[in-house]
Order: sequence, then structure tokens, then C-alpha cells
Amino acid sequence: MLKALMETVASKIIKAISEITDRPVSLMEVCGTHTMVIAKSGMRAMLPGKLRLLSGPGCPVCVTPQETIDYCIALSREANVIIATFGDMVRVPGTRGTLEAHAPRVVYSPLDALTIAKENPGRDVVFLGVGFETTSPTIGATIVEAARKNVRNFYVLSAFKLIPPALDYIARSPQIDVQGLILPGHVSAIIGSKPYEFLAEKYHMPGCITGFEPIDVLQGILILTRQIVDGKSAITIEYDRVVKPEGNSQALGILNMVFDVCESRWRGIGMIPDSGLKLSSKYSRFDVRNEYDIKVPESAEPKGCICGRVLLGLSMPFDCALFGKRCTPVDPVGPCMVSSEGSCAAYFRYGDYGKTGQNGAT
Amino acid sequence: MCLGVVGRIDEIHGETATAEILGVRRQISIVLVPEAKINDYVMIHAGFAINIMDARDARETEELISEVLKYSR
Repeated sequence: MLKALMETVASKIIKAISEITDRPVSLMEVCGTHTMVIAKSGMRAMLPGKLRLLSGPGCPVCVTPQETIDYCIALSREANVIIATFGDMVRVPGTRGTLEAHAPRVVYSPLDALTIAKENPGRDVVFLGVGFETTSPTIGATIVEAARKNVRNFYVLSAFKLIPPALDYIARSPQIDVQGLILPGHVSAIIGSKPYEFLAEKYHMPGCITGFEPIDVLQGILILTRQIVDGKSAITIEYDRVVKPEGNSQALGILNMVFDVCESRWRGIGMIPDSGLKLSSKYSRFDVRNEYDIKVPESAEPKGCICGRVLLGLSMPFDCALFGKRCTPVDPVGPCMVSSEGSCAAYFRYGDYGKTGQNGAT
Repeated sequence: MCLGVVGRIDEIHGETATAEILGVRRQISIVLVPEAKINDYVMIHAGFAINIMDARDARETEELISEVLKYSR
């Protein structure tokens, strides 16, 4: 039944696309989880060749700068420090090596890191704070809890990023050819739809907040292609079973209280203004950089790696000379191959669409 | 990284709740959704409920996932 439903939606997309005869249509799936759903479901085979789906910068592992990893590895050498992190970050290459060799404690929830701190009062526990607006409120809430319980040995390395400023960067880049955005479902559960309105108003770029079942993604693509065919641009919510237009006010309140907005470096892309979060002055005692002033040398991207271009939809994974040869999930060179939701990993694992020219992806 | 799972809240103890996630019971924090009640379906990320879902939609999602799991064994 589900397959029939997907085919129905796909046929509607094909019909809508056929109304645009003069040009291919490029949509960007901003979120790495969408990249995985698209690759795993094989939905590209159902879609018309004129529709291109490009991966975006919404993979936290992929956009965390090497400098952050290098700093974290340097920290882990301090005798008194325990690094706690989400599992995704463990194998990301820094300039030399990964965190894996330094026995980080992998946690499911940031609250588990706080528990480790309580159990190890003589050690400093540092949580590697990576993620977007979905994740940062959970660490914000953990910091509030640490303050309330007066846990003195819990710290955060804040490397959080914000999605709307990155989308502004993409929308105003003349070389990036994207006509619509498949917007992240769970980031939007927190921030709602308002922070994306500028895309439609300023850049006439439609966006659709989309859920994570294959049928959700197809619906999102259909909503966007219809808008493009009709020359419209609006921000719509396909994933309305989870996302409310106003977002989650409690989570936004915690973000506002615990963090301040700051400029932030995106791996492979560069500095984007107002696209990161740092601890606010009220909570600055949890900022590990105030406690451990370790300088790490400037880092360069691995030679030949084009993750930066892949993250902006400027290149496809198979355009990279390293892809599938020097760079594989077992021995990754760049972050887009490390993260299970990186677009290089998704292409490697689920097939080489581009080599056959499928989906116009050449 | 922004993965979420759907759970139904069974018990609430202050800011902590027990949720049933596809048949498995787990402790979660409801500090980001203080209005959550017993039997609410919530979207869970990194051990925190991040939003309360429409109950009918959530049940349908759960049934769909169970259906898919049945065939992917």
C-alpha cells in the first residue's frame, strides 16, 4: 500500500516537472537525515531525470571544523579530562587522528555526560557540543541542570550551529543553483517556520519543512515542484504532525538563556556570521575554553577532499577523485564520508547514481 | 544527527518521564515539553522529548513503522 502511495506521489511530481520544459529543477535537501532517507529508499529511480536532489550543509559532523576536533583531542590528553560525546563524532578526522584513539565516553543523551561528571568529582568532564537547533536545547537544558545542582566539573565545548544563517549563505551565493529547499524536520520542531520566511520574501525561494519517512520526502518534493511550476515561493510545513509554526517556545527560551549567537566557522565553507552559539555570560563558567586555554595550530583540509563543495551542492560526491578509492567509510578522508548521514557515505553505501548519469547528476 | 523517535509517555516524575518507544520503556526528560501529560505521544531526540505530537498522527506513524519492521526481519 505504501509503495502504491509513493508511486502516486511520484507520478504527480513527474507530471508537475513535465510542465517545466525549459530547465532542470534543483532542490536541496538541507538535512543529512533526509540525504539518508533519499539514498536508502531508492526514490531517485522513481523521479524524473530533470529533477536534481542536492545535499546541503545539514550534517553537524560534516560541518564541525577540524580545529574543534584538534582542540578536543588536545583536551583529551590532559590527565584530568574525560571527553563525552555523541557517537557520531568519534571517528571524524582532525588534522592528525581522531578522538577514537583517546577513549572518549560515548553518550546517548547529554544528561548522561552530567551523570559521568557527578560520578567523577575529581575529573573535569567535557561534553563536545555539536549539532543544530534540534540538539542545542538538550545541552542547554543539561547546563541549566548542572547549574541548579551546582556541578562544578561539567563543561561544554560549544560548537553548535544555526541552520537559517547557512541557508541565507546558500540563497545568496550566485554559484549555487537551487530553486527550492527541503527543510529539516526536527530543527523546525524547535524553531518553527518563521525563521525561514526570509527565504521566500528576500530570495523568492520556496521551502518545505519535511518529515523523515520516504513518503514525507516525496510529498515535500511535490509541494516544492508545484510552487516552482506556479512561480510561487512560500514556506510550508509538510511535517505538521511534529512541527508547529511557532516551534517549541520552552526550548527556544532555554537557548536564549544559555547561549548567545556568534559567528561560526563551517568546515569546508568558512566563516558565516551569526551562525553559531556560545555560552552566555550567565553560563560562561561551563565554557571549557575559559578553563583550558589550549592553542591548536591552524588546520588545512585534507588534500584533494571536496567536502566543502559537496556540502553546498556545488559538486556531487562522485566528482571527487578520492571518492570510493582513497576515501571510503572504512578509511574516510573527509567528514562527508565519516558521518553515516554525510552525502558521500550515503552515495557510497547505496549506489553510484551519478556514474550512470541518473538524475542529471553530472 | 537530528534523528528522532516517537514514544508514548507512561509515567511522569517531575521533569523525568518513562516513555514506551516501540515496545521498549525508557527514561526521558520532559523539561523541554513541560505541558506533557501521560499518554501523550512525543518526538524524542537525545533523551529529551522535543515536541508533543498529534495523537492520531503518532499512532499511524507507529503502526507504519511496526508494519515495515515486520517485513524487514
